[in-house]
Amino acid sequence: MSEAAADAALPATRRGTRSRAPSGRAARWHERLIELGLAGAGFTSILVTIGIAGVLIYESAGFFREVSLAEFFGETEWTPLFADNRHFGVWALVSATLTTTALAMLVAVPLGLLAAIYLSEYAAPRTRKIVKPALELLAGVPTIVFGYFALTVVTPTLQPWVPGLSGGNMLAAGLVMGFMIVPMIASLSEDAIYAVPQSLREASSGLGGGKLETIRRVVVPSAWSGIAAAMTLAVSRAIGETMIVAIAAGSQSNFSFDPREPGQTMTGYIVDISKGETPTGSLEYQTIFAVGLLLFVMTLVMNVISHRLSRRLRAQTRA
Amino acid sequence: MRHPIDLTANRSGLLAERAFVWVCRLGALVPLAVLAWLLARVTADGIGRVSLSFITDPPSQLDAAAAGLGPALLGTLWLIGLTAIIALPIGVSAAIYLEEYDRRSKLSAIVELAISNLAGVPSIVYGMLGLGLFVRALALGESVIAGALTLALLVMPIVITASREALRTVKDSLREAALGLGATRWQTTRQVVLPMALPGILTGAILAISRAIGETAPLVVVGAVAFIMYGPDGVDAPYTALPMQIFQWTSNPKREFLTNAAAGILVLMATLLVLNGFAIWLRNRTQARRT
Amino acid sequence: MKINVTGLQAWFGEHQVVKGIDLAIPSRQITAIIGPSGCGKSTFLRCLNRMHELVPGARSKGRVLLDDTDIYASDVDPVLVRRWVGMVFQKANPFPSMSIRDNVLAGLKLTHRYDRTDAPAVVERSLRQAALWDEVKDKLGEPGTSLSGGQQQRLCIARALAVNPDIILLDEPCSALDPIATARIEELLLELRRDYTLVIVTHNMGQAQRVAERTAFFLQGELVELDDTATLFSHPRDQRTADYLAGRFG
Repeated sequence: MSEAAADAALPATRRGTRSRAPSGRAARWHERLIELGLAGAGFTSILVTIGIAGVLIYESAGFFREVSLAEFFGETEWTPLFADNRHFGVWALVSATLTTTALAMLVAVPLGLLAAIYLSEYAAPRTRKIVKPALELLAGVPTIVFGYFALTVVTPTLQPWVPGLSGGNMLAAGLVMGFMIVPMIASLSEDAIYAVPQSLREASSGLGGGKLETIRRVVVPSAWSGIAAAMTLAVSRAIGETMIVAIAAGSQSNFSFDPREPGQTMTGYIVDISKGETPTGSLEYQTIFAVGLLLFVMTLVMNVISHRLSRRLRAQTRA
Repeated sequence: MRHPIDLTANRSGLLAERAFVWVCRLGALVPLAVLAWLLARVTADGIGRVSLSFITDPPSQLDAAAAGLGPALLGTLWLIGLTAIIALPIGVSAAIYLEEYDRRSKLSAIVELAISNLAGVPSIVYGMLGLGLFVRALALGESVIAGALTLALLVMPIVITASREALRTVKDSLREAALGLGATRWQTTRQVVLPMALPGILTGAILAISRAIGETAPLVVVGAVAFIMYGPDGVDAPYTALPMQIFQWTSNPKREFLTNAAAGILVLMATLLVLNGFAIWLRNRTQARRT
Repeated sequence: MKINVTGLQAWFGEHQVVKGIDLAIPSRQITAIIGPSGCGKSTFLRCLNRMHELVPGARSKGRVLLDDTDIYASDVDPVLVRRWVGMVFQKANPFPSMSIRDNVLAGLKLTHRYDRTDAPAVVERSLRQAALWDEVKDKLGEPGTSLSGGQQQRLCIARALAVNPDIILLDEPCSALDPIATARIEELLLELRRDYTLVIVTHNMGQAQRVAERTAFFLQGELVELDDTATLFSHPRDQRTADYLAGRFG
């Protein structure tokens, strides 16, 4: 019987189904191939991870053949582009990164945590529906916009109040970075607080605790691992932030923790030197990767800590 | 004998409690106020400069009034197009693999770990990967394809995560029904699961594109130029992009260029608004259709 | 302290679960409330310390006199009520972020009545009253959740006792525990009634007979019968009580 005749012999609803499915062994190969293809797609993420580590290590190796680790981590002057009297002390960059990060956390942690408490414990459902997406909006603004804001609005606003504030300064950049990070802390902390079982709140009420005491002594301590995970992740984000500091923090690399001064962070340096013309393979070119490697390691450590903390939260709330 | 108890006394801390609610409200309101301030200032600074000629003209080093976004917008279009073509198929495939095929094997566990790590890597590090791998090692040069590949890797975790969420919303009973009828895993995925997960996947795609449009740092590292008079004419061409152009303008010491930057930001934000609005509309429409 | 309930009603939204109950609970005795699932006994209990209204959409009204004070008077702060009326819940809920010692002291800290010099004495007294002291005295710093189920529930009882209430409400406190742990808690309750007024909701009729002097039978939000326990169980006056006790419905 030919295909067409066999097909015509089927009831109307099943016509055309015979020819569509690949038959027998061909079908299995077909499936296997597709599965391998999809697995390959999944595998790319592993490849990318290896790629990042590989590129950073490979190029940094070249750098560290020329510059000793002692100088890199020991000195506080960073002047790789000078013709003579070159210094490679990364602390100049790290100090700026730490200063801006600290300022950012100073803003983001209290605001974020309070916002999280407000959203999960006090806000009416209708308010929540407006405030939560609004905070998400804040998170969606591209960082270059924040950089512009820090440079053209925040710095001039602060200048009458902060004596000695230079045009490019770490204070404005750090503060604006903090506002950018608030939604992240708020959202993750809110999840952690939401995960605290209702029975604990009941126990606290039953003992005569009012709402503030319950939040302060029971809810927040119980959610602590999740909140700490959120904060660690936020630190990681602040360390890796580039455009806000590149635009608003100035590009002078000094070893300084004074927020009124300009500062070049690790990320700011990488952008600055990439803007110019650096020949491949030169020492200047390799500094990008050395600093990048340090940056990568720092954020990786923060991310791992954060992951462990949120795992502890999940284990705790299940118990 | 007990005295009658007093349940109406002001308990200590009542005032503190009322104050606390207000303090918490501030936590949410202050950032939103800053956002409003930011938007107001950017609009005030830039709205005067936005015009058709601004959007289409080439930039200028000397004359701020004549400088425009033309090449930058073209560059962004090329970048986003290429990024989408690269990131979406691979990302969605990876998501399908993790959700439909190998749900609990050792490989998936490692892949998931890799993805969650990659999501936390700063975007500038992706730029460095692009520089070392695409621009130099693969000798693609400072071309738009190198930029697109870099951005594609950057947004891939977003695509994968959003697509996985979308796939998860499809009930298992539907998969079982299809498999029970004799369909293969791929047939089930392609004909039953994917169509249902499509809105979520599209939303994820739009999120990824939104992210890619606003990224500046990786592009700087990977060699997007700061000043170019025309858009890319091929995948191997040099290019600039919208955020790059804005960055260039903010770095210019002349004040008039800051106005251009503000205007550029308005165009950028407007684009993002339209994109995300479309995503929300899409999500609502397909949800409504399903219920 | 005795409790006098008059005309208590309670709703969840539009649905009324307690339909007008008058009940007198004598001081320093154990009163048990029994009845089938859904008859409103837990809701009734939660009205006695004004916890019912914490659920969104829940409402209650009536008169509940603690000695001579009506806890439903309009100017009463519900939070203060719970300093006089303590509660032990169905599933033990010690605070996981606190040690055993801190769990016991939690009530005092939450109500700003914590005194550092008194603390060790309070901890020991409460744990002894809850018959837990000997088992945990060497590990007071361990997390509250490191104890067994029965021990956790006794810890919750110690926690409730530490704030010195006059009345303790127990909502099926043994339903999640094995018979041995249950027996220990029942022993404990018999000791406690010398100093406290106890109201216990239970679906275990044997438990009511073992510990309570008075028992009330609730059905569909109403009080059907209240009597001395022995009398209620041997000669119930209402047919519905008799049917329930005989297991004709559950």
